[in-house]
Amino acid sequence: MDAPASRPTCRVGLFVTCLVDFFRPTVGFAAVKLLEAAGCTVIVPPQTCCGQPAYNSGDRAAARRVARGVLDAFADVDYVVAPSGSCAGMLREHYPELFADEPEVALAAQRLAKRSWELVSFLVDVRGMTRVDARFAGTVTYHDSCSGLRELGVKEQPRTLLAGVQGLSLAELPGAEICCGFGGTFCVKYPAISDRMVTDKAEDVRATGAGTLLAGDMGCLLNIAGKLSRLGAPVAVRHVAEVLADMADGPPIGAPGRG
Amino acid sequence: MQATSRAFKENAGAALNDPRLQRALGNLRTGFQERRRAAVAGLPEFERLRDEGRAIKDHTLANLDWYLERWEANVRAAGGHVHWCRTAAEARDAILGICRAVGARSMTKGKSMIAEEIALNGFLAEHGIEPVETDLGEYIIQLRDEPPSHIIAPAIHLTRDDVEATFREHHDELPAGRPLAEPRQLTDEARAMLRRKFLAADVGLTGANFLVAETGSSIIVTNEGNGDLTQTLPKVHIVLASLEKVVPTLEDAATILRLLARSATGQEFSSYTTISTGPRRPEDLDGPEQYHVVLLDNGRSAMLGTEFQDMLRCIRCSACLNHCPVYSAVGGHAYGWVYPGPMGAVLTPGLIGVEEAGHLPNASTFCGRCESVCPMKIPLPKMMRHWRERQVERGLAPAVARWGIGLWAFLAARPALYGLAARLGAGLLGRLGRRRGRFGSLPLAGGWTDVRDLPAPEGGTFRDRWAARRRQGGR
Amino acid sequence: MSDPRAQILGSLRRALGREAPAADIAAGLERRLAEHPANLVPRRTDLPGAALIDLFVRMAEAVSTTVDRVPDAAAVPASVAEYLARHNLPTEIVMAPDPALDAIPWDSRPLLAITRGRAQGDDAASLTGAFAGIAETGTLMLLSGPGHPTTLNFLPDTHVVVLRASQVVGPYEEAWRRLRARADGGMPRTVNLVTGPSRTGDIELKIQLGAHGPRRLHIVLIDDAPRP
Repeated sequence: MDAPASRPTCRVGLFVTCLVDFFRPTVGFAAVKLLEAAGCTVIVPPQTCCGQPAYNSGDRAAARRVARGVLDAFADVDYVVAPSGSCAGMLREHYPELFADEPEVALAAQRLAKRSWELVSFLVDVRGMTRVDARFAGTVTYHDSCSGLRELGVKEQPRTLLAGVQGLSLAELPGAEICCGFGGTFCVKYPAISDRMVTDKAEDVRATGAGTLLAGDMGCLLNIAGKLSRLGAPVAVRHVAEVLADMADGPPIGAPGRG
Repeated sequence: MQATSRAFKENAGAALNDPRLQRALGNLRTGFQERRRAAVAGLPEFERLRDEGRAIKDHTLANLDWYLERWEANVRAAGGHVHWCRTAAEARDAILGICRAVGARSMTKGKSMIAEEIALNGFLAEHGIEPVETDLGEYIIQLRDEPPSHIIAPAIHLTRDDVEATFREHHDELPAGRPLAEPRQLTDEARAMLRRKFLAADVGLTGANFLVAETGSSIIVTNEGNGDLTQTLPKVHIVLASLEKVVPTLEDAATILRLLARSATGQEFSSYTTISTGPRRPEDLDGPEQYHVVLLDNGRSAMLGTEFQDMLRCIRCSACLNHCPVYSAVGGHAYGWVYPGPMGAVLTPGLIGVEEAGHLPNASTFCGRCESVCPMKIPLPKMMRHWRERQVERGLAPAVARWGIGLWAFLAARPALYGLAARLGAGLLGRLGRRRGRFGSLPLAGGWTDVRDLPAPEGGTFRDRWAARRRQGGR
Repeated sequence: MSDPRAQILGSLRRALGREAPAADIAAGLERRLAEHPANLVPRRTDLPGAALIDLFVRMAEAVSTTVDRVPDAAAVPASVAEYLARHNLPTEIVMAPDPALDAIPWDSRPLLAITRGRAQGDDAASLTGAFAGIAETGTLMLLSGPGHPTTLNFLPDTHVVVLRASQVVGPYEEAWRRLRARADGGMPRTVNLVTGPSRTGDIELKIQLGAHGPRRLHIVLIDDAPRP
């Protein structure tokens, strides 16, 4: 992978995200590999979650308790990088507002916000990465997760890097910018509506004929993978970081494990 | 209109299982989304105009009292009358008073969401005045005794077949064997039926897209021309407008007009934009003899100065509905009151109470598409979140959700404990799910697994595996 | 405090946290109304004269308005007569009592049966002038008044408008400028901005022309503007 020597080295705190931590550690290791290839030193401070479930449920007090832990844990890194547009968006766009009425914390929240990035946009926009050293045989399609797309402008960056993966071809997903129906607690609070949305998404995915669906957020991936498997659609589902890091040799999300 | 917003879930379930409705809603993607995209692409300044539109509205709201007084003075100078109304009831009474003063027996109506908000039609009928909706979509749903399901396409929940059946049932004086298979024939039939009503009406009532402080004018935007016939032919023109419609000048109106049609229907400009200032002049050959504006507050002044003030920028273009995946799935009636979709999810709790409309701001994935297409850059998801906060503050959130979030937050604020719980959970589910890779059902996870599988965890959390790797002297 | 007007204004002022705008702010508001500064005006209409007229025609035609360009007023009667004939319309037409229209030599087409006045519900075709044409969106600006009854714009199935190229402006802001510069200054009862014939998409979002207003909108455009 290209890493121009002139770039300053950087200490990145990996914000693993609770879903990657719990469901898909491979994505975390893929993120580490990519960040190191981009010339960064990666540390993983003690952490849990960004606080979004409480924040989006209207419980600001609980969200602040959780978010304080993140502010402390990532106080002394150059960047905070998350393999998720949703969590990175929380840190970057919502922490300052969450602490707007607590001046002593607000400054720390603003400082953290400025240093927080979604993984792929960090690689491309901050570290100037233009290609990766990876192979993936097959056609993939790509779902643009809502927070990454609309809060952080993640659109071209994953496509730029995927274009350099040997053997990979991208079939664009019709309605790639339409929500999959995950929405955090939405998907269990309003399952019927969520079901309609994810069914539409799964049908769109199937119609591309691609063998693999990629996206940058575990929430969407769990939702779409769960629907595809319920529908019996033979589409593998992976986080985009797995492919970019050349770590897509294990079972896809929701597929039987090894051994 | 009696709100059924409390039954949102049931309404939505019925809508999702209504194949005719689902077929009708399928028109949104091509009919609105693609047309808007093309129109926006055709105006390079569109994004900057959004910023200017927002600034105009913010400026006006910051001086709303001043602009309303100036607008009112200019209405009077042009020979018009202004009726200030705090509530729906006051607005209904004001309209009835104007009608009675001229002995009115019928009223033609242009499209007005505020007329729906104050439930005007039923009230007029009770008092012996026949209300006649003249917008084609509104006319269709008036025949069917249904509320609108969309702000600018009120009958979007209906198919052509539905409209044909409605006309055959209600236009029973026409030959039964007449051809009505084409939208063209349906449109012509409505045109002929309504032409008589236009010519006979005593009073015409329209809404307003803008009130212009500089000139004391009201502006309506339509495509059919029904609003113009409504306000030109009868003796009396009543404008029913809410107080946030005011803008300072014609220049400001022009800026927002450039955003309105493109955001709404994807047109460059609607067919008819009409600026009305007072009643007919002495030398005019046509036009109404009286011009009244019924100016409605109905809860809006209470939003000013709060975290919901930005909602008062809304120009009712419906772009947020047209691009909302939830609206696209369930249609407008599920929302249970006048205003559907994302703008309704913010406005409705403000107007009828979050106790009544609590579901609406919750039934969103926060996907943000509404805000991204809003010509006034209204932060709709953020305000929906504020309504959720109000619900939590007032103890209105469901107990299960409160406890769940509370327990989760307790753990999430304690990394060691959280790590232990995650290790146990991921380990257990990883082992149980290893063979199939997913769960078709799981205790306590029915909300998820009723409609989709739950992918099994790989087994072992990232943090544990990372720590193990470090201990082994890996990186 | 039972007066709704006072109560509404009072609650607005409480929300804004002040009794009235401060003097300097109020002066700014007065200035904004008096000077009505333009906001961002799209560059689409930054065109030399002839190209601006072409833009007007192109935009009008894009919304199903038809346009016939004629060299002078003397050619208008033939153009109108031919238009009516082409659409198999009767030769009766109700015309706005507008002195500018009276100056057109209608005698050259004696078969045109012209009546002057407002429209009734059964008139097939109307003929009016216009105050301006707005090139930005192919829009006609029609002002109500004794020389232009508004019913002519909406009741007949066919609306024919005589417009001079010198009346074509670029953006809406230029039309407002001309509106304010009229001799009598004030606003007419109605300013109709008309962009194409009447239309509806209320049945399955399929566009139909002629919902309530005219099914056809036709402009006879007199090329009187000097060519640069």
